[in-house]
Amino acid sequence: MNFSLSEEQSMLADSIARFIDNDYGFEKRQEIAESEKGYSPELWRTYAELGWTAVPFAEDDGGLGGGPIELMLMMEQFGRGLVVEPFLATIVLAGGVLQRAASAPQKEQWLSGIIEGSIQAALAFSEPQGRFEISDIATSAKANGDKYILNGHKNLVLNGANDDLLIIPARTSGSQSDQSGITLFAVAADSAGIERKCYATVDAHHAADITLKDVQVDAAAVLGEVGQGFATLQAVIDEATFAVCAEAVGIMRTMHDKTVEYSKNRVQFGVPIGTFQALQHRMVDTLMACEQTYSLLLWTAMLNTANDPDARKAISALKYQIGTAGRKVAQEAVQIHGAMGVTWELDIAHYFKRFTAIELLFGNADFHLNRYIELS
Amino acid sequence: MDIIFSAEELAFQQEVRTFLKEKYPDDIRKKQDSGISLSRDDMIRWQKILYEQGWAAVNWPVENGGTGWSPIQRYIFENEIGAANAPEFLPFGVKMIGPIIYTFGNDEQKRRFLPDILSSDVWWCQGYSEPGSGSDLASLKTKAERQGDHYLVNGTKTWTTLAQYADWIFCLVRTSSDVARRQEGISFLLIDMQTPGVSVKPIITIDGVQEINEVHFENVEVPLENLVGEEGKGWTYGKVLLEHERTNMATVARSEYRLNRLKEQAGQSVHGGPPCMDDPNFARKVAAAEIELKALEYTQLRTLAAVAVGKAPGPESSILKIKGTLVQQMLDELLLEAAGYYALPYVPDQYDLEFPNSERIGHGAETRSSLKYFNNRKASIYGGSNEIQKNVVAKHVLGL
Repeated sequence: MNFSLSEEQSMLADSIARFIDNDYGFEKRQEIAESEKGYSPELWRTYAELGWTAVPFAEDDGGLGGGPIELMLMMEQFGRGLVVEPFLATIVLAGGVLQRAASAPQKEQWLSGIIEGSIQAALAFSEPQGRFEISDIATSAKANGDKYILNGHKNLVLNGANDDLLIIPARTSGSQSDQSGITLFAVAADSAGIERKCYATVDAHHAADITLKDVQVDAAAVLGEVGQGFATLQAVIDEATFAVCAEAVGIMRTMHDKTVEYSKNRVQFGVPIGTFQALQHRMVDTLMACEQTYSLLLWTAMLNTANDPDARKAISALKYQIGTAGRKVAQEAVQIHGAMGVTWELDIAHYFKRFTAIELLFGNADFHLNRYIELS
Repeated sequence: MDIIFSAEELAFQQEVRTFLKEKYPDDIRKKQDSGISLSRDDMIRWQKILYEQGWAAVNWPVENGGTGWSPIQRYIFENEIGAANAPEFLPFGVKMIGPIIYTFGNDEQKRRFLPDILSSDVWWCQGYSEPGSGSDLASLKTKAERQGDHYLVNGTKTWTTLAQYADWIFCLVRTSSDVARRQEGISFLLIDMQTPGVSVKPIITIDGVQEINEVHFENVEVPLENLVGEEGKGWTYGKVLLEHERTNMATVARSEYRLNRLKEQAGQSVHGGPPCMDDPNFARKVAAAEIELKALEYTQLRTLAAVAVGKAPGPESSILKIKGTLVQQMLDELLLEAAGYYALPYVPDQYDLEFPNSERIGHGAETRSSLKYFNNRKASIYGGSNEIQKNVVAKHVLGL
């Protein structure tokens, strides 16, 4: 039995924690979030220099060979700092696909640049009709000589405004919800026939709705085997779900801590409001929710590190917990901050919004409760 | 035991429905139904339509220009407004300051202020909370010192809803600190927002909107004649007003309207995908909200029945506020979940009827669900937070 981190893992967590404390204060974060791109390209280069963009990738591919524990440590800190740089989109989602499915030349073309910090990327994991079901793909890819013609619609493509790479899952065979017949394509962002509506999301991240109209791609753009893309897609979305859960745990813990602190300082009726038993018990409840969720996070990280048969089930358990117990923590933090909690000025509101976005990302509590039952 | 309306009451209900059908402007209806904020002009236009109908002040006695309606009539009226999702009459004038003025004000004040409140020609806002005085309102520090023919007012009020549009503000101010109880020494002042030294600083809320403000008073001279009632008795007047604020917060009809919208939206296929309601987890939560709402409706009717036979609305109004906001927030969550990924875009420009449809992300309405969810966390905070409401119930109902 051992819950302690290795020396390298501690160093990774500490270095990001220091960065958040020293260089990513709330004001700085807001300034970045309100800038044109919605993230800081300059800081992105820093992340690459510090090796953070290399962490999850295999050493053979130029990465640092990190696993679920490393990803968890990073995302918890990103949650604590409300980091808006597109780590999830470029590294976990797009990078995750390339790592698993790309050939050596494709890795050379895309993954090296991602690790170096010079390439931004996105994975179009959702279509409007699919809700949270990633196999629901109506976008078609028709073979035409040595090319494919892509047509369809993708929504909420995180980092979809990027100039470099869009990974498009499209159907080369089968019917709309079949797991087989899905093929993954690496499509240059400036390809003819791509129309993008780009927008900010409520949590100050950025996304695009993308329409593909007769987009021509070479056969060399296929990542992995034709028709066999689902397994990769599912593994990547599972990993991304785990990643945002770790981020949510960082957010919950921060909201809880800030609320306890606020209750010690906010004086009403001549005493700090934290002396009221009604509030004390509720903060004990949110503490317990944080601890229980953290326990599930560690369990999930360990099962996924060990490639345990229950690894996927654990991810659904964790995501369900985030959407239920976590939501309560987030709502209580706002409530106990009173009207201050619903102002733009205070960081609590922005933690709340990011938390809410994470609740929906890759399936909400209902979706994952169903998946948990299916996997049981 | 029954809840059947009399023939007269049914006729009145029909009259309200006909009025709404004929006089509720289409453009305002469209905005309301798409969840788009109304402009200042929209709000005033709607209130003037009600005024012309003679229905501006449903809570006022006839002699002051009100409708003089029975509690049942008021209930029917407010229910129909909610069911049609028509805008609420802004509370600051007719619901809040009007009753204070006709109950505690002098004849000159009644003559001067009441007509403009009725006709919505003067916009009022409420100056109660301060940065250091939220739940503990009696700790307020804004000071009014008597100097010759005026009070000199200094201090800051906060969370002042729509102060950016207001012509006047009614304030609780401290006229004396040499008192046995903090509730004493507080007075009720009416202040013209144009007076030198008054400034309004916007507070942007979580959804990126300017709905509330800080109002600063720096050496503001307020004529003595703008004092309502007796100096030092303002707390008593203000408390009456808070009771008024609470009784109207159940908003059952509006929650019913939203519940129906939710069921309609979640029952439909989205872009050909399966409806949200097909998931029993979701359907179960919708049913639970519906049951809670039904209970609330009957709690409200019980309160109404008590008021109808002449009993005062007591501390049970606190129950209505707590449960009313709880149901609202349950519906906020469900509408957010139903919207799925389309709850996430933050594109304020598209919440304008003129915005081109081809540019819209989603249909528009569902993308507002997240903003509504965020913004309406305030419902359990304002008007006396639900924690304060529970204190009221504990003290006055349970006698603890």
